[in-house]
Amino acid sequence: MAAKALKNIFWQRFRQNSLAVAGGIVVFSLFFIAVFAPVLSPYDPDLIDRRQVLVPPGVHHLLGTDDLGRDVLSRMIFGARISLAVGFVAVGISTLIGMLLGALAGYYGGWPDRIIMRFIDIMLSIPTFFLILAVIAFIGPSIWNIMAIIGLTSWMGVARLVRAEFLSLKEREFVLAAKAVGAGDLRIIFNHIMINSMAPVLVSAVLGIAGAVLVESALSFLGIGVQPPTPSWGNILSLGKDYIELAWWLSLFPGLAILITVLGYNLLGEGIRDSIDPRLWESERK
Amino acid sequence: MACAEAAAAAPPGALMRTYLIKRFLEIIPTLFGITLISFFIIHLAPGKPTDIFTELNPKITPEAREKLEKYYGLDKPVMVQYGLWLKRIVRFDFGESFSSDHRPVIEKIWNGKKPLLERRLFVTFMINLLSMVVILLVAIPLGIFSATHQNTLYDKIATTAVFVGFAMPTFWLALLLMILFGVDLRWLPITQLKSMNYDSLSFAGKAWDLTKHLILPIFVSAFTGLAGDSRFMRSSMLEVIKQDFVTVARAKGLPERLVIYRHAFRNALLPLITLMGLSVGGLIGGSVIFENIFGIPGMGQLFYMSVMTRDYPTVMGILTIGAFLTLLGNLFADIGYMLADPRIRAK
Repeated sequence: MAAKALKNIFWQRFRQNSLAVAGGIVVFSLFFIAVFAPVLSPYDPDLIDRRQVLVPPGVHHLLGTDDLGRDVLSRMIFGARISLAVGFVAVGISTLIGMLLGALAGYYGGWPDRIIMRFIDIMLSIPTFFLILAVIAFIGPSIWNIMAIIGLTSWMGVARLVRAEFLSLKEREFVLAAKAVGAGDLRIIFNHIMINSMAPVLVSAVLGIAGAVLVESALSFLGIGVQPPTPSWGNILSLGKDYIELAWWLSLFPGLAILITVLGYNLLGEGIRDSIDPRLWESERK
Repeated sequence: MACAEAAAAAPPGALMRTYLIKRFLEIIPTLFGITLISFFIIHLAPGKPTDIFTELNPKITPEAREKLEKYYGLDKPVMVQYGLWLKRIVRFDFGESFSSDHRPVIEKIWNGKKPLLERRLFVTFMINLLSMVVILLVAIPLGIFSATHQNTLYDKIATTAVFVGFAMPTFWLALLLMILFGVDLRWLPITQLKSMNYDSLSFAGKAWDLTKHLILPIFVSAFTGLAGDSRFMRSSMLEVIKQDFVTVARAKGLPERLVIYRHAFRNALLPLITLMGLSVGGLIGGSVIFENIFGIPGMGQLFYMSVMTRDYPTVMGILTIGAFLTLLGNLFADIGYMLADPRIRAK
């Protein structure tokens, strides 16, 4: 019953926050576009047409064509798939690592905590974008490599968050009670504490997707991300740079898509945070 | 404030010095950890720098390949290679570049014989420092204004702008500005740090030329920080304004301007100092992107080129310097925090 009431409060608060709803719509639309890309795109994204090279936006090609005469709109629609996949897989990896290390550090304390915290400090001081760039350039720019390396270099925030949650939750009555009735460490960590610290993890994951999308597009823009002919917003932008004096549409539209997507994830994340933050409910009751 | 100044007059100076020394020494093990992790990741990645030579030359014999690997010291176990690297690095010797010029890495990053604008580390450092100045000069007033005019139309516009700023891919912003100011309006140059005829210009002409080349890169690299920091300043200011000492200052009849700028502002600045120090890492990472777009001969551009040619010593050298600057930024954040807040100084 209590859980249901909380859920209702969440939805009520979320619905009232128009920006959060807008963010949700953006993310949902992205899913929709990615899933139905073949149906939605007016042309084959890889169809080369030598007679229609660098055509400005118009009736036949709504967002123009690129240097090989491929339809930019169709390529952007298929690019949504890359953006979505990179965001979710990378954040899935980082969230998993962050949760495990954070739980370990927070629950056990002592030397595991010291080692993990030191490791986090070190990872936070490495210029991450440099490291990502180096590794991708060395092991080759496949989309799987990009997802993995973004995930492996962005778990520190989640780890800190989960650790803090564990530190505050492990002394609470419901955990002590579980201990008293003889629950094992694993059971307490996953079934009792982790489940209660999921809210901030969810928020940070949604915000993390936004970051991953930006990193992927930056890598593709630099030419070491998703490789053509596979379309990604970043590599269309990279063409935009090459044809900066000839074809403004190659620069404008993919960037706009990245901006709206990242904005959508950010608004959704902040909206979820505001809707589940118990401190906000308390201040409202007062 | 008077009370705070009195506390500052009785400083436990020795304690502070000990803390600073301790804090500085802590950089060493962290830096060690960073170089260890980076070194292993870089050297254990599949493929070798010598592949570039051997792939281009199909007639190369296995013996020649081995000789090449031996020449670069790549035949030894990674642990040994790291030990050798570490032994050199404590003498500030970053080794020799693998690229065809074989120059020492340190000379590529900081060539003492060349003019300042041709020293890569200086160029990157200058642009990052200038963008930090821009961030501070713009973000602080914007944040304060937002806080003192909370929930007005201006505040709402600023809040929206901040959200957009956070989501902005900076390389896209750079492209759009290049199209607008460089291609369409032809007001600003879009590549390099200086014009072809730079050397023949007068001093004022040189300064103006440099400024024109720097406007777009600095604006772009400052942009994200601008959004974040003005937001941060706003919330920090809102928190301070609610506190008792601000109410007291108002109650004793001080003009609002003094209340805000003398009393509230100084306290609201604290968290921002920390944030600035912590943002050094992000700024350095960003330099790869904007130096690449604007064709600026800085450390980021060198890093990109080195990564592409698997020039391990240069890659490691730049990673180490980048990490060191990041750690230094964090240290300055701590120091700045301490200098600005007598409560922390006293601890």
